[in-house]
This record gives sequence, structure tokens and C-alpha cells, in this order.
Amino acid sequence: MSKIGNDNITWGTFSEGLWRDNPVFVMLLGMCPVLAVTNSAINALAMGLATTFVLLASGALISLLRHSIPKQVRIATYIVIIATFVTIVDYAIQAISLDLYNALGAFIQLIVANCMILGRAEAYASRNRPLKSFTNALGMGAGFTIALLCLGVVREVLGAGSLFGIDLFGPRFEPWVVMILPAGGFIVLGAWLLLFEWLKQRKERLELEAAAET
Amino acid sequence: MSTPETEVMQQPATPAGPMIRTLMGIAMLSGFLVVLTYQLTKPIIEENQRRAIEAAVFQVIPGAVARKDFVVNETGVVAVTAENPAEGIPIYAGYDQAGQLKGIAAKAAAQGYADIIYLLYGYEPECQCIRGIKVLKLAETPGLGDKIITDANFVANFDALDASLNDAGSDLANDIVTVKHGTKQNPWEIDAISGATISAKAVGKALNLSAKALLPKLAPQVEKLREDPPRQPPEQGEEQVN
Repeated sequence: MSKIGNDNITWGTFSEGLWRDNPVFVMLLGMCPVLAVTNSAINALAMGLATTFVLLASGALISLLRHSIPKQVRIATYIVIIATFVTIVDYAIQAISLDLYNALGAFIQLIVANCMILGRAEAYASRNRPLKSFTNALGMGAGFTIALLCLGVVREVLGAGSLFGIDLFGPRFEPWVVMILPAGGFIVLGAWLLLFEWLKQRKERLELEAAAET
Repeated sequence: MSTPETEVMQQPATPAGPMIRTLMGIAMLSGFLVVLTYQLTKPIIEENQRRAIEAAVFQVIPGAVARKDFVVNETGVVAVTAENPAEGIPIYAGYDQAGQLKGIAAKAAAQGYADIIYLLYGYEPECQCIRGIKVLKLAETPGLGDKIITDANFVANFDALDASLNDAGSDLANDIVTVKHGTKQNPWEIDAISGATISAKAVGKALNLSAKALLPKLAPQVEKLREDPPRQPPEQGEEQVN
């Protein structure tokens, strides 16, 4: 069994998904829910948590079974496992709150098609020990949730003048309607990507300058 | 001998047995998990849906505190009980404390901007008008299409929206229509929302379709609903079914 990296669980195992390989801002995976359900902070949070649960459960199970899944049928197996946990989340959200379920709509079921989850199963869970896969999935899920919240918060504040449903600016605020329309999703995502790329380049430049000085 | 190339070469060697065993095992495991979750959450989900409908019924029928479920079909109005799930258009009759019929709630649906909008509306037989609507499900753009719930001026359309029948009782006297914002003149017109015209039109269309289909059948049966408030001996309800 080929393995990538060593077998120890480090802070890096977890934080990889938070920053260096953030699924949304770095790998640009799972863009469908990122753009579609981030029109309010609460939707973004619920979607992030639901995806995190699927990521954790499928990652752990696939990692447990990784030695007994033949290579030829691995994708089919992963999809069945992921679909199972998506169905479980679907029922769970209906049981928790019908309003939330109605707000998220078809995007709960579409978690199954989120390439981030299948990508993690194929690239990580199938090659690492369960605990390590679980830790990594936790980081990836947290990174995904934070990214969704980044978009959801900006879009809700600008587009509806509220945050988590709490009115921020009073009745005299004119909401930027475009922010809660699909176009707003692209604009906000673009702005965040721009910011992160600028930070990254600035950091590299500073490191180069520091290296040149010494 | 563990380079990727050799692994690719070895792949055809895997016999069918383990593959079938894996897929079957996974399918059984996933079936078990899904059924388990379904069984665990079913009563909670049903309770949630029942509560959502119940809250909506009391919202669209002002003054109602008790409700009873009926269906309208070829035989007239039939009470729905747990033992007797009758077929037909479901309606929910709302009664006040004294058992007086306050109104009737029914479902309506029409294509909106993003998806079908599902509504519950309250019809009051006395004024032959619609006294309230409640959106059960919508996927309209938040901030625009959902103004059909939040816009006070739009909601005021349903304080008393005329839905009276023609003299023969076979159809609505006037179709319920959504008109351009600010041009409402007749009691059967719905004043649209500027910026959410498609969603507002969908509400008008849904109400018109449902009222046209339901009210001509329902009107002759209203007396039956009046005489059949909830908390009466169940035998009466069963008699009506027969």
C-alpha cells in the first residue's frame, strides 16, 4: 500500500484544509454550493456543517475499508458510501428544521456530487489511517465551512443589511440586491480570491526580500 | 515493486469475487444505515410537517383555534380520519372556540421564478373571499421573490380578496388576477410587487387555479362543514364517509 507522507498526525494534517489547501479558496472544489447557498450566513453555516459531516463520516468509513476495496470498484464504492451519508443528513435536517430544509432545498442532495468529498476520499482517505483521515476531513470541513461563511456573511450584510437574521443598519439602509442574487456570489468569491492571492504574493515577496538582505 | 505503473499492470488480476463481495457489502451497509435513519427521523419529520400545516391553517383563517381535515371529491365533502384516508382535494376547516366555522384552508401551487411556489390560503364562506395566504414552500430569490411573504402592501391584498362564484355557481365570477403595481381597482385583483412581479403573478395564478377547481365544488357543501365541528362523536364523521 503506497502512502503519501509519514503516518503521524500533526497540526499540519488538520490545518491543511483550513489554509494551505483550503477546498474553496485554494483548490476551488465544490463551487456549486459555494455560489448557490451562501446568500445568508445561516444557510452557509448549515451547508458547511452538513458537508463537514458527510466528509467526516465517509472519510472515516472509506479509510477503515481501504484495504478491502478493490481498485476497480473503488469509485462506485465511494459514491455509495457518500450517498448514504448525504441521505442521512437530508433526513436529519428535515427532522431538525423544515424551514432550514426548505431554504437549502436541492443543495442538500447535491452534496453527493460535491467533488471535494470524492476528491478527499480518493486522494486521502483511501491512503491513510482512519484517525488521520478523520483529522484531515475535520480540517477540510472546517475550511469549507469557514469559506462558505466568508461569502455568506459578506453577502447577507451587503445584500440584506442583516447578519444571521439580525438587522444591522436599520430601515434606512438600502440593500445591494445584486449580492443575494447569483451574480453576487461570483463577485464576492472573486473579491475573496483576489484578497487571498494578494496576501500570498505579498508574503512571498517579503520572504524573497528577507532572503536577499541576508 | 510498488510503483504506480506496476499497480496499473496488476489491476486486471483482481478476481470478480472480492469486487462483488465489496459492492454487496457496502450496498447492504448503506441500506441498513439509510433505513435506520429513516425510521428514527420519520416520526419527527411527520410531526414537523403536521405542525407546519397546523400553524399555517391557523394563520390563514383569522380566529380559528381548532381544525378538522376533509377532502373534496365526487361524493362531496368527506372527513379524513386516521382510519379513513379518503382521496380528493384536501381542505382544512377552521373553527373557533364555540365550534363555529371560521373558514376553510386549501393548498395552491404555481410556477414561480425559480421553482413551484406552494401556498395555503384561507377562504371565508361568509364574504366569499380569501382572508390570508401562507407560503408553504418557495425557492424564490431571497430579498426579491420572498417579498410575497414579507411585503406588507402585498400581504394586504389578502385581507379580503374577492373569490365569489358566478350566479350558476359553476365558476368564479371574476378570475383572480395579479395586476401591475399600483393599478389595483377591483377586489379580485392582486397588486403586484415592483421587482418581484413573477413571484406575485405566480401567487395570483395559484390562487385562481385552486379557487376555480375547488370553490364551485365546495360551496354547496359548506353547510355540511358547519354542522361538523371537531370534538364531536367520531360516529358522525364516519357516517359521512359512508
